[in-house]
Amino acid sequence: MVVITALMAFLPGFPPFSAIQPEQPWFDGFANAGVFVLLAMGLNVVVGLAGLLDLGYAAFFAIGAYVYAYSNSPFSHTDLPFLPMLLVGAAIAAVFGIALGAPTLRLRGDYLAIMTLGFGEIVPIVFLNLDPWTEGTNGIGGIYRPEALPGLGEFSPLTPFAYFVLMAGIVTIAMILLYRLQDSRIGRAWNAIREDELAAAANGINTVTTKLLAFALGATTAGLAGVFNASKLTIVSPDQFLFTVSFTVLAMVILGGMGNIWGVAAGAFIVFMIQTVLLKQLNTITEGLGIPILSNINFLDYQFLLYGIALVLMMLFRPEGLFPSQRRRRELHIAEEFIEGIGDEAALIGGMGDAPGSDEIFGPDQP
Amino acid sequence: MSDVLHATKVTKRFGGLLAVNNVDFTIPEQAIVSLIGPNGAGKTTFFNIIAGIYDPTAGRIDFQGETRIARSKRAWLEPVLWLIVPGIIAVITSLLASAGAAEGTLILGIFITVLVLLAILVTGVARPPWYQHLLARIGIFRSARPNDMVVAGLGRTFQNIRLFPNMTAMENVLVGMHSRLKAGWIDALLSTPRNRAEELKARARAAELLALVGLEGEDDQLAKNLPYGDQRRLEIARALASNPVLLLLDEPTAGMNPNETQQLTRLIGRLRQELGLTILLIEHDMRVVMGISDRVTVLDHGEKIAEGTPDEVRRDPKVIEAYLGAPAA
Repeated sequence: MVVITALMAFLPGFPPFSAIQPEQPWFDGFANAGVFVLLAMGLNVVVGLAGLLDLGYAAFFAIGAYVYAYSNSPFSHTDLPFLPMLLVGAAIAAVFGIALGAPTLRLRGDYLAIMTLGFGEIVPIVFLNLDPWTEGTNGIGGIYRPEALPGLGEFSPLTPFAYFVLMAGIVTIAMILLYRLQDSRIGRAWNAIREDELAAAANGINTVTTKLLAFALGATTAGLAGVFNASKLTIVSPDQFLFTVSFTVLAMVILGGMGNIWGVAAGAFIVFMIQTVLLKQLNTITEGLGIPILSNINFLDYQFLLYGIALVLMMLFRPEGLFPSQRRRRELHIAEEFIEGIGDEAALIGGMGDAPGSDEIFGPDQP
Repeated sequence: MSDVLHATKVTKRFGGLLAVNNVDFTIPEQAIVSLIGPNGAGKTTFFNIIAGIYDPTAGRIDFQGETRIARSKRAWLEPVLWLIVPGIIAVITSLLASAGAAEGTLILGIFITVLVLLAILVTGVARPPWYQHLLARIGIFRSARPNDMVVAGLGRTFQNIRLFPNMTAMENVLVGMHSRLKAGWIDALLSTPRNRAEELKARARAAELLALVGLEGEDDQLAKNLPYGDQRRLEIARALASNPVLLLLDEPTAGMNPNETQQLTRLIGRLRQELGLTILLIEHDMRVVMGISDRVTVLDHGEKIAEGTPDEVRRDPKVIEAYLGAPAA
């Protein structure tokens, strides 16, 4: 998996991809897609690995972006180097993740989701309303572009190659690290918490710190993506970080296959490409056809309708996502085969597969 | 001190219901102690109190010579302590501000305040052992949580099996080992040699434990696909993985056929002999209870009505009354 990602970075060098090399927009598009790939991989740690539903993920993306805006803009009269700021932005987002998570991660399921939803709403609204420090709706513009890196050349809209290579590098490293984490003691603990939190605690896992770590890592990744995105767009404004962003990333994670790192990355890439390339192309094609009804449709307006339909169909026909992790596939399908095959024990297995309720700890001999 | 666990006047009240009432209870080292009683007697509640899942309404539990579970004492003081250090830094910062310090100093002051506050918040939420000892020294007591009890040396199984259904048998046991492994997230990210060596050792140990309970060769099976009896035994293997001193088994033979029950009874006996474990058992199958227990305690309506050797308990009129009802006068 990791090798494939690494190779993907060099893909444009080879035919048939080399044919499109002069067309810089592709690199630009890939770099933008990389931001969402990174976001999806970060959210996957929280939602897919630790099983905490986070509906306000864009908040950490926003925090990373604003951190970079403060460090590199005429607004704040500062110009700090880009690469260290990537880490600083990530670290500050992690601090916010911990500050949000520490008091609230004792909540379970729905309550946590509502709390993150609230946080996701608060952050852009704070940036919107703190006019003197954030320029409100206008946002902070004119963010300086990163200084040229040796071997990569200028970071500019005309030569997005540098952005692309940098993003490919970040995604590759993030993927390696996440795979290592997933297969470690911590990854097992996340999985145990996702399956049965009480049993995890009764087996010596400190559920609060373990969940906090997942939350902080998710926030770190989002912060990193935020810094990158801000440096690329050269403007940050509150409307870039609305609920739709959290929702899009969550949809990417679910479509890609929750819990599967490369699957989520691929899902994010595909969804982003559909959104930015396919729908635009559809518009151009239908306009070219000259059929009155079709050419009046702007497919981009139907983006969220399409996500919605895709999610509904997905849950009905392929709940484990496009590229499920082996674990989820076994979870959702092998159990079915097993039940069909054995029949008698189906009830027992069905009972085990259910999410245990908090009342189960009482056991039947409790009133 | 030869008692592994000592419960003193433990009471648990759920609203108006007195689930456990004033129970004194002792588990001597390397003993097999059974807790029996009719349904609704409060056995599982008592179990959950020992395991740190419920805080008792009154009373305390000493485990391994240290009070672990009791009502919290002076818990309100804890958040106050959290504010002391950041408070001092904040006061210094504001003093500097009034003295006309540079903007940079003030920002640094605020920054440090926030960081210290955050660090304390995380420590307070995570409650690592050194922090708990620090609190104990100041005189603040907070009841141990389930994971603290595991670290202290307590392993348990559940009445209704609570394995991690979608993890393999091996992974289930490895999760049980969690508290005894040291590799943190940084080790995992860097894939340090220490991390890899520890992981290999853990896997070997897990395979041993699986073999001990008779599940060799089932490493790669999902827990939910194992037959019922095997799931019970896997849960025991998982509980053993944390190297406990005291093993709590909540109805280990529930739903088993006589043959499986016999096997499990033998396994429990072996655990004491080979691993030197102390075992507390909740059980309804009287043949199992009377066969392997050193001591039996009977609970009814949350109260301890009898205690003693299996033979004494069997003849106790109160016990017979609790199970069969009072003789018609």
